[in-house]
Amino acid sequence: MVNLALAWAEAYGGARPDVRLSVTGGGSGTGIAALINGTVDIANASRAIKKEEREQAQANGIEPVEFVVARDAIAVIVHPENPIQQLTLQQLSAIYSGQIANWRDVGGQDRPIVLLSRETNSGTHVYFLENVLRLGNSKDKTLFSPDTLLMPSSEGIGAEVRQNPNAIGYDGLGYVTPDMKTIAVSAGEGQPHVLPTIATVNDESYPIARDLYMYTRGEPAGAVKAYLDWVFSAEAQQIVAELGFVPVK
Amino acid sequence: MKQNRNWLELVVESLIRATGYSAILFVALIFVFLLREGLPVFVEVRPGDLLGARWYPIESHYGLLPLVGGSLVVTLGAALIAMPFGLATAIFIAEIAPRWAREVLKPLVEVLGGLPSVVLGFLGMITVAPLVRLTLNTPTGLTAFTGSVLLAGMAIPTLVSVAEDALDAVPKSYRDAALALGATKWQTIWRVTLPAARSGVLTAVMLGIGRAIGETMTVMMVTGNAARIPDGLGALFMPVRTMTATIAAEMGEVANGSSHYHVLFTIGIVLFLISFIVNLTASTVVFQQKKRSQRLLS
Repeated sequence: MVNLALAWAEAYGGARPDVRLSVTGGGSGTGIAALINGTVDIANASRAIKKEEREQAQANGIEPVEFVVARDAIAVIVHPENPIQQLTLQQLSAIYSGQIANWRDVGGQDRPIVLLSRETNSGTHVYFLENVLRLGNSKDKTLFSPDTLLMPSSEGIGAEVRQNPNAIGYDGLGYVTPDMKTIAVSAGEGQPHVLPTIATVNDESYPIARDLYMYTRGEPAGAVKAYLDWVFSAEAQQIVAELGFVPVK
Repeated sequence: MKQNRNWLELVVESLIRATGYSAILFVALIFVFLLREGLPVFVEVRPGDLLGARWYPIESHYGLLPLVGGSLVVTLGAALIAMPFGLATAIFIAEIAPRWAREVLKPLVEVLGGLPSVVLGFLGMITVAPLVRLTLNTPTGLTAFTGSVLLAGMAIPTLVSVAEDALDAVPKSYRDAALALGATKWQTIWRVTLPAARSGVLTAVMLGIGRAIGETMTVMMVTGNAARIPDGLGALFMPVRTMTATIAAEMGEVANGSSHYHVLFTIGIVLFLISFIVNLTASTVVFQQKKRSQRLLS
């Protein structure tokens, strides 16, 4: 999410030289901790604030106010000739942990499955690990199969998915091009299979999506309010789409 | 006047000496730096864990074996492909090709050597990988073999250029003598010219391999980067993750001073040691052969 925050700060600061915005990375926990300690005006986070964190902040006399500023959806993609249309989260977990190694076992052709993933330092990788492989269970210690190909870039995943009918990959919705096939995902057996689109992400029916937040110290006012108003403007939400996230407006 | 020239000579001489020794100093400094950043690992991670079969640093699985194995498979594959092709090209250019062909071929081969590795990697990802998958019928084209082919393509220009110079340096009288004794052209090349240029040819092969083992970008783009331990011959046609690609892919985002950061430097130490051993072996062999040939010629 630091990319988005940086791009926003750059676009906003560039047009208004009188406002000084500085962005620091380090992860959602770092940002919220800084908000609790009162050292920042806005904390960006790719997860919701925890109950303990909110209590800590209140103990410091700070009331965190939450804004969902963008959404992040992960699309599961395969080669256009792959007959598979839909998978459940459980099937995806079994595929990526190596328990299912042939497309036949999920109703496809008799082909080996080639697993593609982003590198371990990508936030998308960690999100996929926690919410798909481990199905959101924090005690689960499932890992990616050692046969998973770790691609250094989205383009690496795209190139392989486009030309290899054995491949399955995942990436931010913004990186999906028409020459790949997107899989409809359901949260479990018997639940509807949903394709990721801006609409299904915003009505929360697509299961592999998360909100991206900004937290302010109390109700925003002054320069902070002006910035937040701008974040929800068409111009700022356009940047969201350009970076491969889902705009909220 | 004479005094002045002596003084100048002294300055130039010491400058040259300083540049000579500075190479040693730099290597030593690099090694010290690697040790400083890499050694803390042996306190933070149990040595047994470093020999584990699983590389998944964000959950503290620091097994180095898949990475070392991956590098070895790709490099050996590249050497096996590059040596016959490179030597054959060098022999053709030096001994067989007519003068005009030679004058075109050698610069062309050297231009090939100047191709940026990222361009080669991109080419490999788009063209070689699908070709490997379709012709060898592997699940994916991003395999150690694909990396080997591209690395061989990179090593061949170096190999050809150095080996050709070595063959060219063999005195004409050797060939004339062999031909006068009734040897065929092939016999002259195989039994006289090539053995006489042995040390140069060996240096060429080592330089080529050296280029292959340290190469990063191409390998990262085409070998798939799956950290699995290569088992047997089939591993050449499976994805691998090399040491260089691991450092390149992970160093950018790792927290400074964390165990993961130190482990990446430990990989650097291993890589440094491997290329040191390759170079040491090469120079000992070359050195011994020089002594032997000097003995024979005297």
